[in-house]
Amino acid sequence: MSSIDTARERSGQVRFWNDPVKRGLALQAGLIAFLLLVVWAAWSNMMANMSARGLVFGWDYLSRPASFAIGESLISFATTDSYGRALVVGLLNTIRIAVVGIILTTILGIALGVMRLSSNPLLARLVSGYVEVVRNTPLLLQLFLWYAIINSLPGPRQAVHFGPGMYLSNRGMKVPWIEWSPTLWPVIAALAAGLVGILALRRRLIRKRFETGDAPPLWPFALGLLLVPPFIALAVQGFPTTFSVPELQGFNFTGGIELSPEFAALLTGLVLYTAAFVAEIVRGGIQSVYKGQWEAARALGLSSGQLMRLVILPQALRVIIPPMTSQFLNLTKNSSLAVAIGYPDLVHISNTTMNQTGRAVEAILVFASIYLTMSLLTSAAMNWYNAKVAIRER
Amino acid sequence: MKNWLMGIAAVGAMLLGTTAADAGRDLDQIKQRGTIRCGVQGPSNPGFGVPNAQGVWEGFNIEICRAVAITIFNDPSKVEFVPVTSQSRFPALTNGEVDILSNNTTWTLTRDTGVNRFNFPAIVFYDGQSVMVPRRLNVTSARQLNGATVCVQPGTTTELNLADFFRQNNITFRPVVIEALDELRRAYDQGRCDVFTNDFAALAAQRTLLTNPRDHVILPERISKEPLGPTIRQGDEELTNIVAWTVFALIDAEEFGITKANVDQIAATNTDPRVRRLLGVEPGMGTAIGAANDGYARAIIKAFGNYGEIFDRWLGPTTPLALERGQNNIWTKGGLLYAPPAR
Repeated sequence: MSSIDTARERSGQVRFWNDPVKRGLALQAGLIAFLLLVVWAAWSNMMANMSARGLVFGWDYLSRPASFAIGESLISFATTDSYGRALVVGLLNTIRIAVVGIILTTILGIALGVMRLSSNPLLARLVSGYVEVVRNTPLLLQLFLWYAIINSLPGPRQAVHFGPGMYLSNRGMKVPWIEWSPTLWPVIAALAAGLVGILALRRRLIRKRFETGDAPPLWPFALGLLLVPPFIALAVQGFPTTFSVPELQGFNFTGGIELSPEFAALLTGLVLYTAAFVAEIVRGGIQSVYKGQWEAARALGLSSGQLMRLVILPQALRVIIPPMTSQFLNLTKNSSLAVAIGYPDLVHISNTTMNQTGRAVEAILVFASIYLTMSLLTSAAMNWYNAKVAIRER
Repeated sequence: MKNWLMGIAAVGAMLLGTTAADAGRDLDQIKQRGTIRCGVQGPSNPGFGVPNAQGVWEGFNIEICRAVAITIFNDPSKVEFVPVTSQSRFPALTNGEVDILSNNTTWTLTRDTGVNRFNFPAIVFYDGQSVMVPRRLNVTSARQLNGATVCVQPGTTTELNLADFFRQNNITFRPVVIEALDELRRAYDQGRCDVFTNDFAALAAQRTLLTNPRDHVILPERISKEPLGPTIRQGDEELTNIVAWTVFALIDAEEFGITKANVDQIAATNTDPRVRRLLGVEPGMGTAIGAANDGYARAIIKAFGNYGEIFDRWLGPTTPLALERGQNNIWTKGGLLYAPPAR
């Protein structure tokens, strides 16, 4: 038997379907051809349907004036600006909610996850109750709830005045904000210098600890480095900066910086919802760390804070990061529920554009590919971080 | 193996599944299906279209669709009502999910031509955009609204008119844009906005649903023209004719004094040739527009009455909306309703 096989191989008589390498290549080529066929079929079917209904495919609408107004925007937007700019406004609003949401979710989620493992039964049960309730009700419903709660705050004329120039009403939260002027550049430079100083100091302290075993706290110096240089920069210029303070003018507050009810409701809803999932992931990650690590850390005399920060969390992160990535992606994608409560995110603006121009296919292609890009970028960043914290096996 | 087969089947279906528009014109499809699919405002729009306690749709827009069903099938029940929103209505019509929109859609140039390519066979309601404000704000004109927060629905002519109006008057506003009308009204009711804007009739309808309707006033100005009418896809002249002449029959009937109560008697005794042609006593008109039979107008009036009766039943002074006829009166009484002669 084997002698026959080797004889064939030698004479090059193996049929290509019997050669696993060639067979694999052929199958893969077939699969790619099939996928291309599917895409082509879907595309040509769509084009045929569109032309049958007299619709044209094109991007010319992006440069036409939008003629509608947008409630909140990170860049200036007037009704005479183009649909393209309106989409950018929507995209920036989506990025804004996603970035702020991811940061707050991470902080809250980790805190909740650690609390859930607390030895205090009241705290642990409370958090576990929260997690169960929030995870098991629809997010859309929660968003409506938060929006209704925020909207039932008093009107602007009866606004809650909770600090100098700070107002809370159903028009959102208004606080004073720095009015931009070129004199702020030195302040920013001072701030950056302070941050660099902190990093340098940290490295020195770590080196000192390795050499002497002495570990002086970093934070008093860090605080000083953070606050003193900008203060000096301001003092040298004679405190030229002015604040824009909100005040009631006509129907609404003007001046200051605003947190709109729509943004606040969406942020609250997304953060509280996603943090419940993150809490469970963190709990699972912590519990996956071998018991011996806890005991060893305690035996070394680490405080419970140090134990968590220096021993348990770094090891738990390996388990936590991958599922955390999908929670971050969920948060970003769920932010499209903004449509329901009127926060002008990418989908909201796309829907309006679609409706005013009739370019449904184009608008959906645009926001689908933007979401895909954002998700892939988030994923790539998290994978990089994951590779960094992963166990280096040698 | 199974997956492969399914994949091939899917591709085959995609390649063979040609477009609905190729199969025949809209009217043929409607006749073949046996019902006309009518897109109405969902979840509801008081007076214009609301499902009653039995889940049956009723209202002004509903009876327009049922009248079209009588013209096509001689049967008012051959309508499927599909609730659509201000955002979903046009894709629904373009994709053939509905055959006709009867949901207060404004006739505009770009909707009639442009990429949408719709047809507006007739106007059933002359409206204009208005603003509603809480009475306690003591606002008397829309020009005083500088800096106001305005609740508005997305994807509507309302949204565009609003921006135009403020731009033209050099004043600013802050929009709160929510698609679901119920959610938008709740936001206004809670005070999230100073102003609620929509077409006058729609505002009157929404006001009835506020916590305290009497605390809110609709300002007298009309900041736009809003001719509302049933909307269909472009390219089917026969359906266009049917919808147009269904609406014209309702208007003519009011002009001639034909009502639900007297239609049979008038058909039997009236000698005016215009009336006799309209009611199919003298044949030819129904056949000309492609109706089920010559008596289509008579059947419609027998079921719902003339335009004025339909208006009064759902929108008039005895209803919660309490709308005046105003521009929506027939031309002989100072309104804008004017039908070309049926001959």
